[in-house]
Amino acid sequence: MNVPRHWRETPERYRMEAAKCRKCGKISFPARLICPACGNKVFDKINLSGKGKLLTYTIIRTAPEGFEDIAPYAVGIVEMEERVRVMGQITDCDLLNLKTGDKLISKFRRINEEGKTGLIMYAYKFVPDVGI
Amino acid sequence: MVGIIGYGTQIPRYRIKVEEIAKVWGADAEALSKGLNLYEKSVPAPDEDSATLSVGAAKNALARAGIDPKLIGAVYVGSESHPYAVKPTGTIVSEALGICPYVHTADLEFACKAGTEGMFIALHLVKTGVMECALAIGADTSQGAPGDALEYSASAGAAAFIMGTKNIVAELLDTQCYMTDTPDFWRRENAHYPEHGGRFTGKPAYQKHIFGAVEAILEKTGMKPKDFDYLIFHQPNGKFPVQAAKQLGFNEAQYRYGLLSPTLGNTYSGSSPMGLAATLDEAGSDQLILLVSYGSGAGSDAFVFRTTKHLLKIRNLAPRVRKQLNKHLKYLEYGEYAKFRGKILKPE
Repeated sequence: MNVPRHWRETPERYRMEAAKCRKCGKISFPARLICPACGNKVFDKINLSGKGKLLTYTIIRTAPEGFEDIAPYAVGIVEMEERVRVMGQITDCDLLNLKTGDKLISKFRRINEEGKTGLIMYAYKFVPDVGI
Repeated sequence: MVGIIGYGTQIPRYRIKVEEIAKVWGADAEALSKGLNLYEKSVPAPDEDSATLSVGAAKNALARAGIDPKLIGAVYVGSESHPYAVKPTGTIVSEALGICPYVHTADLEFACKAGTEGMFIALHLVKTGVMECALAIGADTSQGAPGDALEYSASAGAAAFIMGTKNIVAELLDTQCYMTDTPDFWRRENAHYPEHGGRFTGKPAYQKHIFGAVEAILEKTGMKPKDFDYLIFHQPNGKFPVQAAKQLGFNEAQYRYGLLSPTLGNTYSGSSPMGLAATLDEAGSDQLILLVSYGSGAGSDAFVFRTTKHLLKIRNLAPRVRKQLNKHLKYLEYGEYAKFRGKILKPE
């Protein structure tokens, strides 16, 4: 990912900033310019709570470039408390014990870096919600 | 009146035992553990660094303070392991917490004392009325060279404190600093691991500055060791703070909650601040706390706090330190630890 794109996506990557439609209340993540439910163009910014439930997941064993050193790792779709579905990496978990329905919470983590001298990309990941 | 209005910590999930490190280097684990009162340490995951730990700790502090992040006028991150040599950690943390853009940020570095440096500045900025609230964080993912004595203790963690004037949980009564130029530990530009003066890090460094700060603040406040309910000293291992406390006339009941290093290791800039957080987790109201940091190079910051009734109302709004320390752990073998800490060289 190039630097300007990472910077543009900072609100959703760093603090899970979403858009709540002022007309129908639908929450879009990432934020949209037009509400997919009612076509309204006026939104309030909200931050997702970070809490959710694992809907489905897969284990990546042959990782793409830049992620080889952390394989195997899990990527899943999480239904957030706000009823928004978010895809993300699941970390700090025991892969063999992971199951759909698990309670997860988002954490601010390193996603990748552009080599040893380039930009460090931060964003949300999910971890088991064990109250710590 | 100024003081702490919210506090929080973050500790990585991973641990390595002293005996696992000693096995690789042919050292006597039992003698090391017994001699240094050190049994295991935290290890950051490959996707954790001082910025991510800072954000985790600060989110817990915000949960306890219950304030709008936009009220925070300054963010100070103290660390000796900032992710970048040039690019502030403070902006990353402020952006992640939703504090930007009307905020003053600075990255501080003073070996293990950088966390309390931020606390000192934040408390005094709020005290002088420059801003309503200020956030100070001590965070590190510290490194010890393979086989070096520091490898057994250098660990990872963060503590964050929000300072303010309303809904105070620990009121600041006084501060005192004690600094000299003492070359006991350093890391040069581009050097991966720090170097240290071995035994020289004890008496002329740690002890001299801790003792200097404690004696000065006792004289300044007219207090005696027995007046304090709780005590936290910087914890490079489990031996130094206990030894210093006893020599200065304090007892185990005073430092028992704040002493984390035997199973956490030395979280450098996070060390004494995390001990303060663990003490706030257990303290009652109207109790006196003495916090004294130590940073090589060298210096100590001393703070006297008095807890309030409000502490009891807010402390369960975020996870307690001992819970983070003892729950959901995963122990690493040395090979995994070496990979996590980037100690294995791969071809470019």
